[in-house]
Amino acid sequence: MKVSCEALRQVEAICEKFNNDPGELITILHETQNTLGYLPEEVQAVIARCLGIPAQKVYGVVTFYSFFSMVPKGKYPVSVCLGTACYVRGSDKVLEEFKRVLGIEVGEATPDGKFSLDCLRCVGACGLAPVATIGERVYGRLNPSDIKKIIDEY
Amino acid sequence: MIITSPDALESIRQEAAKSLSIREGSNNGNSAEPAGLEKGAPHLQILCCGGTGCKASESAKIVDNFRESLKAHGIADKVDVVVPGCFGFCEKGPIVKIIPDNTFYTSVRPDDVEEIVTSHIIAGNRVERLLYQDPVTGQHISDSQHMNFYRKQMRIALRNCGFINPEDIREYIARDGYKALADSLKRDSLEVLADIKASGLRGRGGAGFPTGMKWEIARKFDAPDKYVVCNADEGDPGAFMDRSIMEGDPNSVIEAMMICGYCINAHNGLIYIRAEYPLAVHRLKVAIEQAREYGLLGKNILGTGFDFDIEIRYGAGAFVCGEETALIHSMEGKRGEPTLKPPFPAEAGYFGHPTNVNNVETLANVPIILTKGPQWFASIGTEKSKGTKVFALAGKINNVGLIEVPMGTTLREIIYDIGGGVKGGKNFKAIQTGGPSGGCLTEKHLDIPIDYESLSAAGSMMGSGGMIVMDEEDCMVSVAKFFLEFTVGESCGKCTPCRIGNKRMLEILDRITEGRGTEEDLETLENLAKTIKDTALCGLGQTSPNPVLSTLSNFRVEYEEHVRDHICRAHKCKSLLTYSIDPALCKGCSACARGCPVSAIEGEVRKPFVIHSEKCIRCGMCISRCKFGAINVH
Repeated sequence: MKVSCEALRQVEAICEKFNNDPGELITILHETQNTLGYLPEEVQAVIARCLGIPAQKVYGVVTFYSFFSMVPKGKYPVSVCLGTACYVRGSDKVLEEFKRVLGIEVGEATPDGKFSLDCLRCVGACGLAPVATIGERVYGRLNPSDIKKIIDEY
Repeated sequence: MIITSPDALESIRQEAAKSLSIREGSNNGNSAEPAGLEKGAPHLQILCCGGTGCKASESAKIVDNFRESLKAHGIADKVDVVVPGCFGFCEKGPIVKIIPDNTFYTSVRPDDVEEIVTSHIIAGNRVERLLYQDPVTGQHISDSQHMNFYRKQMRIALRNCGFINPEDIREYIARDGYKALADSLKRDSLEVLADIKASGLRGRGGAGFPTGMKWEIARKFDAPDKYVVCNADEGDPGAFMDRSIMEGDPNSVIEAMMICGYCINAHNGLIYIRAEYPLAVHRLKVAIEQAREYGLLGKNILGTGFDFDIEIRYGAGAFVCGEETALIHSMEGKRGEPTLKPPFPAEAGYFGHPTNVNNVETLANVPIILTKGPQWFASIGTEKSKGTKVFALAGKINNVGLIEVPMGTTLREIIYDIGGGVKGGKNFKAIQTGGPSGGCLTEKHLDIPIDYESLSAAGSMMGSGGMIVMDEEDCMVSVAKFFLEFTVGESCGKCTPCRIGNKRMLEILDRITEGRGTEEDLETLENLAKTIKDTALCGLGQTSPNPVLSTLSNFRVEYEEHVRDHICRAHKCKSLLTYSIDPALCKGCSACARGCPVSAIEGEVRKPFVIHSEKCIRCGMCISRCKFGAINVH
């Protein structure tokens, strides 16, 4: 996938907003990912040039933090909580069922770009364990048999 | 409006306290008759939990419905809808509380709002079906003070959570907010520091280093730019107390950071918070903005000449950033890798400037210690661990939620009195404390008074305060593997013991749970764990073998069963299971065969079906579909 010139200009503007300060790299990456949805290599190269630091530094930071993604997310990003409270209440089975229903592995997106699947560690809704989120909506007290119905809603 | 003196703050407090008095009065604990407008109540308040847990159960919709309904009934001017932070009783969320009679409604749905408004708010009759029902006596209990969940709790760090509106600084001021700061600024900073030391407060983020001593060290390093950092990178899965404090009482953190700044001569504050906590970020931003508006942050605070301001920095999902040197690197825009100490951050931290890092819960204790006095705080708790600790109680327990108890409370009190026992009447097996750095404790540890020392001695640790209860259906080898998977995923990769050692341990656990383990593996596992503990660079690595070591010592029999007999007594390790159908119970309905995702079940209708174990993926779908309990797992 090619990133448009316009998007790259947006990235430059974001760097500019933070005075091209390398100390603000993480903030810049957050804002860029919020704008573009992901952080592909071309975008990282632009950030590196703007901040005057090697591209490998930017890459090192992007790959270090799980919040940053180099692949685009689906229109409806699915995240299954694998925190301890959810785990002991059977989140592994919920995750397996999401994989089966969507036909993708963790970190992938469906070919039509509608769904992507990820894991996360604790949204703090442990009273509702096991929990998954789709976009901003939280689904609690999940049973593997609910998953198909939930996905069909979208 | 800028508050220019401590006296001006006091007059705002008195003014703000008036509108809060209706709530304060109800806080004394009573089972008063329900108030209603028709019964002559002049004014009521509806408190509807706005914490992340309740929001996930549509509490925002409940708030909207209340506002609409009150408007439709023409009583919006007589009833306030307030959205405070977490009440703690997440299991029964969303929670709605009616003031002044303190009625505590549980598991409220958006559809219930109309009934609460017409019967309670207007007519003054409680909606019985929404009251908490005591599981033992079956009685409906109308106020939280009489619930077992709350009875043994003591809320100090959570004093304002579930009580004040976190987005209104005046409500915080009404509860003596910023009074500790105002009083401190009048005193010599050394005296204030001495109070913190005398209180015995220790760090609530994990290791339990004495807070006063930490501040004293930070004070010694003189520099024009010094930093007070609040560590709000709560990465421990299953712990959510810091998030709840920031969502429910953000001003207490801000006030404490300023007091710390005054004590150590720092004028810059930074809050490092996880990007996964959007609501907490929002509430902090609102609180910082309001504090600036009131002149409580900025230059010449309260006319005393003291300057302090706070900025927010975001984490990006890395557990290791809870370690203070890693956190500081992350704030500098780098990979969050820890470095060797010394130099300690107190000497050279954020961009080389002296830096003091405290965790959210630690800070939340500071203002109240100063308003109530260090002796008061030191009178609570055990000999070496003072005050209270907030725990996130979760897992296989009836009352999941956020609790705060005095140090020295026993695990038994927490699990059975506050937590209401193990879910579904199953047998208790273990309680995991301290997250991925802690360990699994068992029945024999239930009566030890909890504090930093006793938990370490038992092979676990306080950590940030996650507590996960496990029952007979949990396999302790799998639990150890679960935590190790987490650590392997979160290891920053800098030091060899953590990067490679944990990976090797995980491989061994994989083998054991798949039935390919040997007795020699157990020995290697133990040796590796001890080596990593001794040689890893930072706190994450040094504590990462704890889940393995504690399960090996407390549940060794389970490891041996996996290795020697190829049995998983909890039926969790799939490779060790065989599924079969009991021909005596099977009615031949074919529900299992139709549900089997890999077509491993065959048979003729009305005759017993058969599972082909070479095809079976042990997903358990047949068990959930069989109405006759005919599927056996062994």
